[in-house]
Amino acid sequence: MLLLAFDTATPAVTTALCESGPDGVRVRAARTTVDARRHGELLTPQIRTVVADAGVDLEDVTHIAVGIGPGPYTGLRVGLATAHALAEALGVPCVGVATLDALAWASGRTTPFIAATDARRKEVFWARYTDAATRVGDIAVNRPADVDTAGLPVIGHGAHLYADVFGQDPEAAEPLYPTAAALGEFAVRALRDGTPLPEPRPLYLRRPDAQIPGAPKKVRQPTAAELGRSR
Amino acid sequence: MTTASQPPLIMGIESSCDETGVAFVRGCELLADEVASSVDEHARFGGVVPEVASRAHLEAMTPTVRRAAERAGVRLSDVDAIAVTVGPGLAGALLVGLSAAKAYALALDKPLYGVNHLVGHVAVDQLEHGPLPKPVVALLVSGGHTSLLLVRDLATDVQLLGETVDDAAGEAYDKVARLLNLPYPGGPPIDRAARDGDGTAIHFPRGKWGDGTYDFSFSGLKTAVARWVEDAERQGRPVSVPDVAAAFQEAVADVLTRKAVDACREHGVRHLVISGGVAANSRLRALAEERCAAAGIEVRVPRPRLCTDNGAMIAALGAEVVAAGLPPSPLDMAVDTSLPVSSVLVN
Repeated sequence: MLLLAFDTATPAVTTALCESGPDGVRVRAARTTVDARRHGELLTPQIRTVVADAGVDLEDVTHIAVGIGPGPYTGLRVGLATAHALAEALGVPCVGVATLDALAWASGRTTPFIAATDARRKEVFWARYTDAATRVGDIAVNRPADVDTAGLPVIGHGAHLYADVFGQDPEAAEPLYPTAAALGEFAVRALRDGTPLPEPRPLYLRRPDAQIPGAPKKVRQPTAAELGRSR
Repeated sequence: MTTASQPPLIMGIESSCDETGVAFVRGCELLADEVASSVDEHARFGGVVPEVASRAHLEAMTPTVRRAAERAGVRLSDVDAIAVTVGPGLAGALLVGLSAAKAYALALDKPLYGVNHLVGHVAVDQLEHGPLPKPVVALLVSGGHTSLLLVRDLATDVQLLGETVDDAAGEAYDKVARLLNLPYPGGPPIDRAARDGDGTAIHFPRGKWGDGTYDFSFSGLKTAVARWVEDAERQGRPVSVPDVAAAFQEAVADVLTRKAVDACREHGVRHLVISGGVAANSRLRALAEERCAAAGIEVRVPRPRLCTDNGAMIAALGAEVVAAGLPPSPLDMAVDTSLPVSSVLVN
């Protein structure tokens, strides 16, 4: 199995090529660039570079794994649109991995913790883990003050941004972002063990902001008589 | 990649607004043109909601590519080049199409051409009426754009003569439709209502009429219609929807065709292309035919399916830039929400 993994649901644009072998998962090549505003520019060239770094051809890839968020939507969709098209053109299967699960896996923790990423609008996407591999319950989006941490350490960019709210040292939030190497390892293990992975479809967790319009605004100023009536 | 026997196979991808379009073209031959629209999801909001459109593009992109390839009877590995809309349009919507196009280009190891949506609206006419004469004037009218272009060469020489300074013509249609309790999008229902109306019953203002530019303005027209309807209601006069629709439509078609004909005259151009969603409007077409005939100008209007946003327009422009031997775009190109028409190809 030669699995191409990438994630664009956080400011980190990250790609890795992972291979499963008899002695576990080997990361053949990986790159990460942190730039919250250039996912669309960075991802495809980064994939090309990682594949070249590993000394393989894109046609050698047997699986694609992509971070499905949650994360800021515009960046998130860059990864998913890329994954769908690559899988279609290469004729290989594509699976999803929750971005928070990749972040949790990257932490390597063996005791319970909370992973949190920036959801913008002064909120975080977060979930609780018993260890790096095991999430408990669903991923949620809340204001940091409304996250029930139960005294557990919080990791991730969300923990770094709101360290004061979580009452911990900003430096304790590492790792801040998921890596594609972790995401790829997570996916290879799940595929090998037959653990189900999500479909490669986005976790938005919020509905689009849109208001159903009311009646058209009046363009005429109301007359004095009309104003009098409304008082 | 070009064989003597047939022109290269171009895949075109469009996602600048609410239509996910994918098409396959060889030269001026359209092999398949598939569109998935999210217009119904926007209807209750009275306009395109960017986030709703972006979500729909992601869902529709790969299935639309698959459907278009099946319809064209081609395999993706047969594709010689990929063309994609880089702008102008909605950032999040454009980014879905551009990301997919880059991935196809990388996986298939084929050149990628990032092209201009507005110039695509002109290029698409070649799929219906054959190669465009040089030069042409193009009038692009849609929900997002109202522009007059001087096209000396589709691939290399496109000049903006004028554009709307506020609302697009199609936007004015949507807003007036709402005033008249007609459904969204407003173009078709206003056109239908106007058939039974008298376009001279009310005189609505023609924005920027005779101001010596090729710019347009439709915001004042929309407000004038709103005033007229409110006044009539306040005074207890009946509002004839057909008359208001016809008079509004007359004002739009009048100013659009007058400036288009003036532009042809000034530049000594004998061919006018009208494209974009509003090009399907019956009054605009009739008045353009009439005025152009009088001025000795030939009008070319693609069939309605090609006038609205689709992948065919992008594939048609892609075929043109490939034929011109222009270099492909880099894989790190960005979307450009306000890409000027003079940038036909991004590289």
